[in-house]
Amino acid sequence: MADEALFLLLHNEMVSGVYKSAEQGEVVSAAKALEENGRCITKLENMGFRVGQGLIERFTKDTARFKDELDIMKFICKDFWTTVFKKQIDNLRTNHQGIYVLQDNKFRLLTQMSAGKQYLEHASKYLAFTCGLIRGGLSNLGIKSIVTAEVSSMPACKFQVMIQKL
Amino acid sequence: MSRQANRGTESKKMSSELFTLTYGALVTQLCKDYENDEDVNKQLDKMGYNIGVRLIEDFLARSNVGRCHDFRETADVIAKVAFKMYLGITPSITNWSPAGDEFSLILENNPLVDFVELPDNHSSLIYSNLLCGVLRGALEMVQMAVEAKFVQDTLKGDGVTEIRMRFIRRIEDNLPAGEE
Repeated sequence: MADEALFLLLHNEMVSGVYKSAEQGEVVSAAKALEENGRCITKLENMGFRVGQGLIERFTKDTARFKDELDIMKFICKDFWTTVFKKQIDNLRTNHQGIYVLQDNKFRLLTQMSAGKQYLEHASKYLAFTCGLIRGGLSNLGIKSIVTAEVSSMPACKFQVMIQKL
Repeated sequence: MSRQANRGTESKKMSSELFTLTYGALVTQLCKDYENDEDVNKQLDKMGYNIGVRLIEDFLARSNVGRCHDFRETADVIAKVAFKMYLGITPSITNWSPAGDEFSLILENNPLVDFVELPDNHSSLIYSNLLCGVLRGALEMVQMAVEAKFVQDTLKGDGVTEIRMRFIRRIEDNLPAGEE
């Protein structure tokens, strides 16, 4: 089934929809614009969070209990990522103190964009939803975290997961 | 034993759930952002239109169908190829108008509403309105102006979901707007 295209297009519309509705409020100063950008990112992140929660619940209903935190992260990198983005995370690193870095060398939501530096500043819009997705998934598995993303060269990107100890 | 075999269908189902859940999150967000349901419906239609305009390209590339000779054939392609390809369902086509310019798509089950219940205060929300926009946008790109709207919806207690399609006209010349 070709529903992948449908998801990609829907995601694009979500991003542009959120940003357009923010623009209507006509921003003047640079500080305001930055604040507005933050609000949009939060919105997208929250949508991702909800979806992540739902997905992980459906997805883990027949899997065995996870051994530990690392086991959960591996699950996110392999099974979860494959379902959502049709490939695995290319590299997972950790400092064993609650920080994980997930590197995807060809992130699906960025592959449609020009690979040069031109749109680098816009990349964060297209990562917010996925940050939420990871955070939501982890949250339903009992791990509270903060997820951020960074891009240095398209379409590769890194997600940093900081586990919040309870 | 059958676990490996199950994976394929399982992951296929999962990825359609990804779409369903994402769409749900989007509608929820729109309901928060806009004050009344009409605005949400309008916004969903607009987003659908933008998707349709791009989706048609993907569709033509993938499906290998040729030019349709009449509206009946178009209806067939929409129901049997397009819906099947993107949503995994095959709606039935009924209620042709005598002039042959209107028909209904009957969706026995609508994957978009798999996990959805409408709260009472959103009675005029057309939850799946995105679909209408997609149909309109996609057909516009193949020179057909149509109108699509929901006339029945299982979310509102109807037995089936019905999208009414009306052919308006053929778009003859497609000069971009504002260029003469």
